[in-house]
Amino acid sequence: MSRIAAFIFRRKGRNGWHWTDIVTWIWLVGGLLIMFGPAVWLVGSSFKSPAALAEFPPTILPYVTQKATVDGYDKPLDLYDVTLPDGNKAVLAEVRRIGVISQMVDPEKPGEIIKVNIAQRKPVRTMAFATANYTEPFIHFDFVRYLWNSVFVTVTATLITLVVNSMAAFALSKYEFRGRTFAMLLILATLMVPLSVIMVPLYSIVSALGLFNNLWGVILPTVATPTGVFILRQYMLTIPDELIDAARMDKASEWQIYWRIVLPLTAPALAVLAIFSVVWRWNDFLWPLIVLSRKELYTLQVGLSIYSGELNVQWHFILAMTVVTMIPVVLVFIFLQRFITTGIAGTGLK
Amino acid sequence: MKAETPRPAGSGFGEAIMIPVRLTMGMIDAPLRWVQRKLGLGGMAAFFLLPNMLIFGVFVLLPFFINFAYSMTGGTALFLDDRTFVGAGQYARLFDCSNYLDPNSCTEDTFWTAVGNTAWFVVLQVTLMILFSLVTALILNRELMARSFWRAVFFFPVLLSPVVVGLIWKWILQRQGLLNFALYGFGFQPYTWLNDRDWAFAATVGVSIWAHMGFYTLILLAGLQAIPKDLYEAAEMDGTRPARAFWRITLPLLMPNLLVVIVLVLIRAVQIFDEVYVLTGGGPGTGTLYLTQYIYETGFATQLRNPGLAAAASILMGVVLIVLTLIQLGLSRSSEKKGSRK
Repeated sequence: MSRIAAFIFRRKGRNGWHWTDIVTWIWLVGGLLIMFGPAVWLVGSSFKSPAALAEFPPTILPYVTQKATVDGYDKPLDLYDVTLPDGNKAVLAEVRRIGVISQMVDPEKPGEIIKVNIAQRKPVRTMAFATANYTEPFIHFDFVRYLWNSVFVTVTATLITLVVNSMAAFALSKYEFRGRTFAMLLILATLMVPLSVIMVPLYSIVSALGLFNNLWGVILPTVATPTGVFILRQYMLTIPDELIDAARMDKASEWQIYWRIVLPLTAPALAVLAIFSVVWRWNDFLWPLIVLSRKELYTLQVGLSIYSGELNVQWHFILAMTVVTMIPVVLVFIFLQRFITTGIAGTGLK
Repeated sequence: MKAETPRPAGSGFGEAIMIPVRLTMGMIDAPLRWVQRKLGLGGMAAFFLLPNMLIFGVFVLLPFFINFAYSMTGGTALFLDDRTFVGAGQYARLFDCSNYLDPNSCTEDTFWTAVGNTAWFVVLQVTLMILFSLVTALILNRELMARSFWRAVFFFPVLLSPVVVGLIWKWILQRQGLLNFALYGFGFQPYTWLNDRDWAFAATVGVSIWAHMGFYTLILLAGLQAIPKDLYEAAEMDGTRPARAFWRITLPLLMPNLLVVIVLVLIRAVQIFDEVYVLTGGGPGTGTLYLTQYIYETGFATQLRNPGLAAAASILMGVVLIVLTLIQLGLSRSSEKKGSRK
């Protein structure tokens, strides 16, 4: 055990704790709380009933007050643990509350009203997960539609990105032609033209093409990513040209060389681009917000932001749907984080 | 990155999915052979380049150029041929101020409020972002148990969508939220943070740092790990104090990465929109109205939309961004020459 402890609390100072060790651990533990805490809080809150959400101070886990149906009362009544004046404890149901006095009945003997000071009573609470937060939006709202729209946009855009970018990268890495450098520079220059700079004219072009209020209007402007062309080209440059020359001798067509030889060899870079593209497209917000104005076309991100901006926010649904929106990205984070971190550290792309 | 030899065929399921793809690709091949005979190798290069360049031309280059035309027209019409030419009128309107230090004295007071807010935001957010991600990178570069776990902890929010980030924090900062709960434990009364101009502004800075610092930490950490360890050992042997080693070894060798990160943070801070739009909606009032939201609302959202004015504002923002990007390209090129970046 002491070996393990020595390993965990490895310090800089040879004797005792150096101040940097203390700063390190405060920073790391604080970071853990601040980075994960909000997401954990979100997931916990998403299982609370609307009544529990309105409570202050809030509880960490979802609780509900237990209710009981009592003869002679239409609605189920809240149950309380009560300390009676004679010191005994009992579970009573509250009929109504007047000031600091609560009128209660014993569920067993509903005839008799017992008056109790509210300081003497505590609600009987049990943990309960309000799963209706998750199921109802799918039945009563359009969330299935939004989910489908998001999946459609993400998958289609990623597939087109992979095909179109890899074709361009192939041309830019394996052919000598006039204007090659110019084409490469032109593509890289796109990095300087973010959406926020061209959104007004882009909107008119997309409208002119009849793609306003159309999921293709969301997909097409995003697929010719300069970063994608760039990383694929860098990777393809490492594929030896002899391989391609040999294939040409064997009468392979250029398309076959691209499809049967170069693409399989580029698989690792394609995988990185695919992961990035999925995250980018799933998370896109401003452009879908501009292009999609019909409710049934919203992506999850747009739908969520519109619902959360309403005057009467139904937080219990919003929180649950936020969790649903998070799921794919969290899966990517858990299983594919390695690829992303090496991708960023290696190329600095985002 | 280096090319590896392709792995042998994967699972049966993967194979099954590939069959229709193989068939399609095979079918495309015959007509393409004909094209290849007609056009030659150079023609095929053009063929491979075409789809990407076409999409890129229509959806990036074309809008970029007609943006200038837009910024010189007036009216509410969407298509360029229906709009009236006003020359530099939109720019004149943006710059029409009797006192440049006071947004209220301008015709387009919201524009100047947005510019002012964005400027403050950029200064604060960039400084704090660099500070936090540098400290985190330095800490993660120490001999730590489970370093990849801790790195993942700080990286986690980077992948979250801005809408999710905005909603998480809106939920935490509201009246019955987690922050008030935590402060309640210390005897503070609940407060509606996002209804207070200053706190809402601070929240947008903090939340955007929370969401993105893991990304920059990662780049800085890669830079730190590229610094040879024997430099520190030699310094220690010479009796150099750690603080001095930091200023004389770590910082100079990290400088290329640090400069790239600074410019990247700057470029993104100028364009801040998504998280803030969900978190505060630019409010209270115009307290957290930033440039991109101004452009979006002027161009699309308000009743009296004015695409020309939005285009003019977006070009002004574009100029700032292009200058910053050119600085970044120059920096990354010069750091590549030095060979200190992988």
